[in-house]
Amino acid sequence: MTLKKILELLKADSLCISDSQCMERNFEHISATDLMSDALALVQSDSEKTILVTGLVHAQSLRTAEMLDINVVIYVRGKTMSETDYNLAKEMGMNVFTTKSSMYDTCGILYSNGLLTAVV
Amino acid sequence: MIHQHFNVEKEDYANAGRISSQIKQMLKQLGVSSEVLRRIAISCYEAEINMIIHSYGGEVVLTLSAEGKCELRFSDMGPGIDDIEKAMTPGWSTAKASAREFGFGAGMGLPNIKRNCDEFDLVTSPAGTTLVIGFKVL
Ligand SMILES: Nc1ncnc2c1ncn2[C@@H]1O[C@H](COP(=O)(O)OP(=O)(O)O)[C@@H](O)[C@H]1O
Ligand SMILES: [Mg+2]
Repeated sequence: MTLKKILELLKADSLCISDSQCMERNFEHISATDLMSDALALVQSDSEKTILVTGLVHAQSLRTAEMLDINVVIYVRGKTMSETDYNLAKEMGMNVFTTKSSMYDTCGILYSNGLLTAVV
Repeated sequence: MIHQHFNVEKEDYANAGRISSQIKQMLKQLGVSSEVLRRIAISCYEAEINMIIHSYGGEVVLTLSAEGKCELRFSDMGPGIDDIEKAMTPGWSTAKASAREFGFGAGMGLPNIKRNCDEFDLVTSPAGTTLVIGFKVL
């Protein structure tokens, strides 16, 4: 599914766009966690097609995505980012979005629309 | 052949991951494949975080040999690991609340480092912990 469609489903807003083409890219897998070590240990899917969904609004969620070669991050519960983190995200080429939905609802919406786990 | 030192400060949460990011970029420019690069980046990041959240600080040394071996050495100034066997058990952690707040402390770091590298050597005493991990990059 295109990122554009995913963001529509989640009524998500953009916080930082580094790559304007990312909206048209197709994504298939979601890693949803607030525990960065879990993402680092469990994500096995193609990073190009994977999104990190997290409630952890901290530079470390961006760093974790960077190490995994993931460049789309969605924050849940309407969280926003600091200016420092925005600059870091730009530097990394990260695309960051925020949805007002909870982690539970976000995952439910994505799951019922056919997105798969990143733990394969 | 590359040989480079990076300093790690105790509880320097603001810069956590910066060294791993630099190392990842350096190795990428040298043409290390994305599969190996990802394993190196994940391991390096977990080990860097461990030094920041569990140790008194220390240094990371990156060595890339002409034979195509990448070695990362993380040595800190203590307090050491009480029980290595427990530390290697998935889910076991002594992390403080401050580490949990930024997404770490699930006790998955060391087991994941071990799984991702080709060579793993962990030596510890109250004077310090040294973790050496190796990867075949060619
Ligand atoms: N450099 C270090 N210095 C002291 N203790 C460490 C160090 N690295 C790891 N440890 C110990 O090993 C445990 C397990 O480490 P790890 O698997 O990375 O999990 P976590 O960092 O999430 O606690 C830590 O909780 C800590 O007690
Ligand atoms: Mg750890």
